[in-house]
Amino acid sequence: MKRSTMLMTAALAVAVGFGAAARAEIVVAVVGPMSGKEAAFGEQMRRGAEMAIAHLNAAAGVLGQKLKLEIGDDRCDPKEAVAVANQMVGKKVRFVAGHFCSGSSIPASRVYNEEGIVQISPASTNPQLTEQGFSNVFRVCGRDDQQGKVAGDFLADRFKGKRIAILHDKTAYGKGLADETKKALNAKGVTEALYEAYTAGEKDYGPLVSKMKQSRVDAVYVGGYHTEAGLITRQMREQGMDAQIVSGDAMVTNEYWAITGNAGQGALMTFSPDPRKNPANAQIVDQFRRAGGDPEGYTLYTYGAIQAWVQAVTKAAKADSAAVIAALRGNQFETVLGRIGFDRKGDVTAPGYVFYQWKDGKYDYYTP
Amino acid sequence: MEYFLQQLINGITLGAIYGLIAIGYTMVYGIIGMINFAHGEIYMIGAFIALGTILAIGPVGAGAVVLAILLALLVAMMLTATYGWMLERVAYRPLRGAPRLAALISAIGMSILLQNYVQLTQGARVKTLQPLVAGGFTLMEHDGFEVSLSYMQILIVVATIALMTIFTLVITRTALGRAQRACEQDSTMAALVGINVDRTIALTFVMGAALAAVAGLMVTLYYGVIDFFIGFVAGIKAFTAAVFGGIGSIPGAILGGLLIGLIEAFWSGYFSIEYKDVAAFSILVLVLLFRPTGLLGRPEVEKV
Repeated sequence: MKRSTMLMTAALAVAVGFGAAARAEIVVAVVGPMSGKEAAFGEQMRRGAEMAIAHLNAAAGVLGQKLKLEIGDDRCDPKEAVAVANQMVGKKVRFVAGHFCSGSSIPASRVYNEEGIVQISPASTNPQLTEQGFSNVFRVCGRDDQQGKVAGDFLADRFKGKRIAILHDKTAYGKGLADETKKALNAKGVTEALYEAYTAGEKDYGPLVSKMKQSRVDAVYVGGYHTEAGLITRQMREQGMDAQIVSGDAMVTNEYWAITGNAGQGALMTFSPDPRKNPANAQIVDQFRRAGGDPEGYTLYTYGAIQAWVQAVTKAAKADSAAVIAALRGNQFETVLGRIGFDRKGDVTAPGYVFYQWKDGKYDYYTP
Repeated sequence: MEYFLQQLINGITLGAIYGLIAIGYTMVYGIIGMINFAHGEIYMIGAFIALGTILAIGPVGAGAVVLAILLALLVAMMLTATYGWMLERVAYRPLRGAPRLAALISAIGMSILLQNYVQLTQGARVKTLQPLVAGGFTLMEHDGFEVSLSYMQILIVVATIALMTIFTLVITRTALGRAQRACEQDSTMAALVGINVDRTIALTFVMGAALAAVAGLMVTLYYGVIDFFIGFVAGIKAFTAAVFGGIGSIPGAILGGLLIGLIEAFWSGYFSIEYKDVAAFSILVLVLLFRPTGLLGRPEVEKV
């Protein structure tokens, strides 16, 4: 009995000792859907974060300390997101690049706010994220009220007098974006012919497609993720519908094309300007390509989010949350996303949204 | 009218897939009186094997498409049937004679195990397949609305009707079917008159799994997107179909599947897509209130 108590005490001492030794590094995390339907985006975030940490550590780390990366998987599930956020608190994380889905980022941000952890989302576009009044929450992507405005104005101009359907998947991201688009469209005096919600995770959208066909829709706006958007596109073409697909930033993955094949030809989507096209990033893009593939979609956005935080820590000269938050708000940062800063709410001060078009398995700026 | 016809086609296709999976639930329930909750996962494994086979064959010319599909069908049915057999051997046979609740928990455990097994070995991302069977007919056109019927939809419905007929014949006309019905009525008595009960039950699982593999192949070809989680939703819908049609009855499973598919399609078509599942399950509750054994189910006779 006594012997086992001694052993346990020894084991505990060793564990505490290791814990103290690990303090010499600053722990940061990337959290996103590493598994599940949106795993393609989780992979983009993981690759962006791993490359950023490798580059920073090769260049002497931050404040003379190395960075250690924790990877969290929230499967884009709001409940899971809160659980992972608490795990990250337990791992003494200083900074979280994440999450991906707005429906995950918003509940997780409450945990980070209570614990004073800085959160910069590379991808969550629902306005509510930065409207909660949390000083620790930032994002390097745009907002859906900007994105929806761009999409709604485009639909109103381009499909004037035509019939437009608006669909959403009932998630914080999908419904939020669809509603902003509808608002912008209606403000221009155009009313949609059809407004429908579908359930994410289903495979059969035949009845929905027939309904749009019946309503003689010329353009379909999808507020949702690429899997469902891809299935809807494919089933539309199978039923002989050639209406224009317009969607948002959750289609910036090659997986969309893998689902639709040629049926996806010409599909339009809004996304922030592509950092891959910035000549200043040529070297980094090349490193990503050699390390296993193009840094598509949100890869460089995750990279940029980490850069912004590290530069803020350097400016503040300490990793303390309050100081870093002040530094994030008061400075401009040189990142792969260009020169960026954050406004009072935590939204990025970078150019908004532009249209992209899928063509032959790749997406590129849309030229009408 | 054209719109109605198009939604009818949508509903029948969807319902046929539900029906194919539902047969597996209904056959197992018929023989051991237990819901095999891992059946949805067996269907998911069937879809993965079918997709793997098609991808392994590689790109084929137009003439070889039929051969490729037949080969995928054969491989998927055989391998998935093996999974069905192993499932029965590992999770249910040791519990034969134990209270039903134990077998039910075992089934749920197997369902979680198989789902995680596929997630770990195949990855969590969706797997995709470009359409192999493309094209179809335009049945009629009115005011610019075309009623389209694809070759794939025809294939699904024909396969379902054929398999339902074959399996009904197996159960009503063959020695194996007679043994299955005997086990269903009284397994102890069946064993006494020389029926190998273990073998009969194992074969029932094998048949159900082979059918699930057919459904898996059809879904892979039709939608072209599968992931490790498809078994859950499909399993719930198919289980509902089996209960709707009268659990234990094969034509009932198909009828239940078709009805759920049609309710979903018409509710989506004429009311709101958001509430189609609510509509399907409300109608199920109504039916069960008036016919507790389902549409084609026989009331359970108390054995004396």
